[in-house]
Amino acid sequence: MTSVPTRPAPVSPNPGGSDHPERGLRGLRGLKPLGRMGDRVRLPAQPFLRHLVFFVLGAAFFYVLTTNVSTYNDFQIGEIALYAIVLGGLSLLTGLNGQFSLGHGAFMIIGAYTLALLQLHAHVGIVGELVSATLIAAAAGVIVGIPAARLSAPYLAGVTLMLALALPQLSSQYGSVFGGEQGLTTTPPAGPGSINSQEWLAWIQIFCALLVLLLLANLARSRFGRAFRAVRDDEIAAAISGIHVARTKVLAFAVSAGCAGLGGALLAFSTGVVNNGEFPLSLSIALLAAMVIGGAGSFVGVWWGAVALVYMSTWSGSLSHQFSLGTSAAAYLSDAIFGVVLIVAILAAPTGIQGGIRWIGRRAWRGLVGTPLQTAATTALVALAPASSTETGEPLGHRVIPLDGPPADDGGSRCRSAPAGGDDRVSGDDSVSGDDRISGDDRVSGDDRASGDDRAGGTHGETSTVRPDPEHEHDPEHEHEHEHEHEHEERSTP
Amino acid sequence: MKLGRGRPVLRRSIAAVGAAVLFAAYGLVATGGVAGASTTGVTAHQITIGATVPLTGPAAPGYSEIAPAMNALFKWVNAHGGVYGRKIKYIYLNDQYDPKTTATLTRKLVLTDHIFADVGSLGTPTNLAVQKYLAAQKIPHLFIESGCNCWSTPKYPTETGWEPPYTVTGKILGYYIKSHFKNKKIGELYQDTEFGQDVMKGVNMEVPASAVVSKQSYDVTTLSGAMSSQMAALKAAGAQVVVMATIPAATALAMLPAYAIGFTPQYVVDNVGADAPTVGPLLSSFTTAATHTKKIAAAATGLLNGMIFNIYQPPEGTASNGWIKVEKKILKKYTPSLWAKHGLDGNTEYGIALAYTFVQALKAAGKNLTRASLMNALATKSKSFVTPGYVPLHYSKTVHYGYEGGEVVQDSTAAGTFTTPAGTWPQVKVLSPVYVTTPGKGPVKVYHGKEPKVPKELAKTA
Amino acid sequence: MGLFVNILLSGIVQGMVFAAIALGLVLISRATGVVNFAQGAMGMFTTFIAFTLLTHGLGYWPAFVATLAIGFVFGALVERTLIRPLQGKPALNPVIVTIGLLIVLEGAAGSIWGNVARGFPAAFSQRGLVIGTTRVAFSHFDVFIVIAVAALVVGIVALFRWTDLGLRMRAAAFAPEVSRLLGIRVGRLFTLGWALAAAAGALAGLLVAPLSSFSPYYMDLNLVFGFTAAVLGGLVSPIGALIGGLVTGLAISFVGGYIGPDLEPLAALVLLLIVLMLRPQGLLGAAEARRV
Repeated sequence: MTSVPTRPAPVSPNPGGSDHPERGLRGLRGLKPLGRMGDRVRLPAQPFLRHLVFFVLGAAFFYVLTTNVSTYNDFQIGEIALYAIVLGGLSLLTGLNGQFSLGHGAFMIIGAYTLALLQLHAHVGIVGELVSATLIAAAAGVIVGIPAARLSAPYLAGVTLMLALALPQLSSQYGSVFGGEQGLTTTPPAGPGSINSQEWLAWIQIFCALLVLLLLANLARSRFGRAFRAVRDDEIAAAISGIHVARTKVLAFAVSAGCAGLGGALLAFSTGVVNNGEFPLSLSIALLAAMVIGGAGSFVGVWWGAVALVYMSTWSGSLSHQFSLGTSAAAYLSDAIFGVVLIVAILAAPTGIQGGIRWIGRRAWRGLVGTPLQTAATTALVALAPASSTETGEPLGHRVIPLDGPPADDGGSRCRSAPAGGDDRVSGDDSVSGDDRISGDDRVSGDDRASGDDRAGGTHGETSTVRPDPEHEHDPEHEHEHEHEHEHEERSTP
Repeated sequence: MKLGRGRPVLRRSIAAVGAAVLFAAYGLVATGGVAGASTTGVTAHQITIGATVPLTGPAAPGYSEIAPAMNALFKWVNAHGGVYGRKIKYIYLNDQYDPKTTATLTRKLVLTDHIFADVGSLGTPTNLAVQKYLAAQKIPHLFIESGCNCWSTPKYPTETGWEPPYTVTGKILGYYIKSHFKNKKIGELYQDTEFGQDVMKGVNMEVPASAVVSKQSYDVTTLSGAMSSQMAALKAAGAQVVVMATIPAATALAMLPAYAIGFTPQYVVDNVGADAPTVGPLLSSFTTAATHTKKIAAAATGLLNGMIFNIYQPPEGTASNGWIKVEKKILKKYTPSLWAKHGLDGNTEYGIALAYTFVQALKAAGKNLTRASLMNALATKSKSFVTPGYVPLHYSKTVHYGYEGGEVVQDSTAAGTFTTPAGTWPQVKVLSPVYVTTPGKGPVKVYHGKEPKVPKELAKTA
Repeated sequence: MGLFVNILLSGIVQGMVFAAIALGLVLISRATGVVNFAQGAMGMFTTFIAFTLLTHGLGYWPAFVATLAIGFVFGALVERTLIRPLQGKPALNPVIVTIGLLIVLEGAAGSIWGNVARGFPAAFSQRGLVIGTTRVAFSHFDVFIVIAVAALVVGIVALFRWTDLGLRMRAAAFAPEVSRLLGIRVGRLFTLGWALAAAAGALAGLLVAPLSSFSPYYMDLNLVFGFTAAVLGGLVSPIGALIGGLVTGLAISFVGGYIGPDLEPLAALVLLLIVLMLRPQGLLGAAEARRV
């Protein structure tokens, strides 16, 4: 049992080993129907192997997608992939570690210029270029992260915002190195044989994105990931339990900056030129918005955020043309529509698109239990929901209910227990989560099972790695689980 | 009960997913389009061209008018049979002056709209971001709306500028200063980008270094208010003539604090920042205190009066000029909303002239239009194109700049008589003959050719 | 010498403008803990409304008062419709909503009034005052800016310190749950905080517009520097906002004047880092234990 308080963790329906039988109970409920069907989807128990499965599935999906769409779509998919990398890093920083950056565009600049300068002055090959871009941006992240570790969220926001404004100025200040306003040109990698160069670039970008997200997911599952979460939830408690808080925060910042650097370098391939006009302050702000839209802390959500980011920039251009009014009034109207979409999205899905999807997934799961569609649904759920929830923890400040738990009344319970949005303002993290966690989980276990058995050790299931243990499936101790199972049967019978 | 509690979340989730799916679907639907039979973007009845311009965002004021004005001229062409029976379809997309977006939208134009050429895209960093791509696709990248010295290189044979390169206008202004303000102390204020640096490069080629007492610059991305410190520094250095390479807003934000501290040098302003209808309204506030707020519209252009600048096509104020008459008519008829808002100002005039240049090029390329025939027509026949420009276009196999000359004029608009679309235009006094020069070391020479007359077809039908 | 004085004076004016924006941010941050990215855009929008009122013949001062009132109502509306529903949701959500609001307002202003750089009238002459024999970079209007912002700060401080309402506002911000138990209508006080902040933003808009090119985006950079000022000052203190604004304004003015305008943001960044290294809670920030 970890002594650090962490978030209650979402539970995947996959069977697997667990160090903590008691905590595996909630997961078991998700598992049972699968077992009954007898065709459970068995994913590897090891997180790394399971992530690898996602990696392979993702690669297959994108291969089919890119070979079946137009070259322009390939270009856009590549852009989506590179933004997914940046958002993945940002999501780790904010969702997992509770830090708050308004200046990630600055790290993209560093990555992009590193790539361009390397192409100009040294020939280290594409791998060398991308790795260097990542490492140098990560080093910059350490430099920013050290002072940042001392700051609370809004102060950090102020510093990073100014960083995003100031850094591009340097490239015009030292025009002889950075090419001034014209910037530096880059050469995208040429594909082997007769492969369409746009498609080849998209594959490289997708590969990098899947690889980075794989690594990030593993990092989130490692002791570093637990440390990130512990620091996010309570620095003092984390420190008491032996976590070096400042070092952990700097590490999160460095990883996040490295991701942004890699994204920036891949963007430099897409545009074929690097200049400071490409990284305005608005980019950094858009990155933050996209991350929240996708679902902070979710590595699947970053894809949604990236899709929104890429289409937002092209939508405006196309829409204004389609209105085809003589003036730019229409163009402004489409700008305004974005703002509205952004606001509505946040109001409609407070935990981001991925949070919404996960919820729908849970509903669908319940509806489909006991039907032949179940297998398909399970596969879909495994592909979508747990990838983010199990591996990376829930979105910032959001409590996630087990897959097969009682109806997720997330918003409601939070509203009830949150002190009118007062407390969680300075930290950028939700300091109310403690209360909320307790009340929410208590209610859950009380309602559903009356026994409240998962409160073993007083942790309220507060672990980031709740996993069912197959060995306990028929443990008499957990008789009530079978009762629960009947509920399912009743519900799913038309 | 449990279901009931869940519902709002369901609705919200559906909305969120809906939004995501819409985004995705939009992209997939936006593909398609029809490729031309022989040349991409050209059919028997239509020529499709595209551009990326800022329609919104901080860089849009003024510049957002150019593409709609171009489209007005294309509409006139289309209304009169097109070019060899082909109508011009002009797709201009909003890149918000962001090179990333330019890169994306240009690929959209090429890959899904299948444009024949990219015509009249705006900006230096934005066009630099796509020059390589367009060249690789062998798509003509014509009449880039920027005076950067970077549009004429053998590396990109299908790329051309249009307006005089910044160094050319700088040389002309410098030449004028050298010959008319001998022994005066010269101050410089420039935008710290390609634009400002290139103009000053030209100025400094002509003006002796010993005459320059202070060089001030400003950063366009952090220009939020009056440039007090720069103007105070120019005043402290004792500058009597201030040469400015500024965008219109910056011209005003320099003149305001100068006036406030009682600093009234002779301003010599590059064409880009000297458009009176754009600069004037900015200055209006300054000379109008709160007690006279009813006169906001009737702004005082007192500060602009006396400003020296360069032009390369007829100024909007010369109502008797044939080109100006025609341009006003076209704007009024084919884009009434633009006309109502802006009338004929430097930007709308620029757009019409540029579009007319393209029409001339299409005509010169002949009935059998291909990308090669268009580029060839530009290189070999452009000197005979009839456009509003004071000097002929200068395209050749090796030179890809359009106009390489212009004249120096002085604003003579009396304070208070300011432009409205239907009202009075700013007046200018011509100070010099028309000069021609090159962006390189060549001398500034007087051009002796005739001012081009409006072609009959245009005068008659507009 | 003349250059030094002029740079100093324009730095002070700039600083007062930043202080006005920072003050609005501080009020909102105190009340609801949100960094309001739309603070500048809200001021921009109300200033455009003032512009419309002025062009329809309303006098400057009636339009001035009306604009502040509109700003007040606007702020309250934003809090009630956009911020209130997000209470208890992830802390970043209201911040993202204000980013959305910023985009909406700029888009709306662009489509209603057009994105042309305009001039906006000043309350008083903008011709510099003559001191001794030289004209310095300090006009009647600049005097008005200094007085107006100083009066605003004094008013807010007085409200918090000496009125019952102010006391309740502080209580609500400090401990909303306890305040609620004590019968304080916390929600209303949050709304009031937003309303006051938006009125301060409207004032800032009216003060900045004559100094810049008046377009839908003219407040953007001022917001960034105003945010810097608020962070420097400590995000909770009106006096801190004033000091932060002046420090930022002077730093930018001197760096721009003596070193180079390209380095202005870098100067602000360095200033911010130095101050926050020494005092992570800003100059006048609460010294309470920090929770991250």
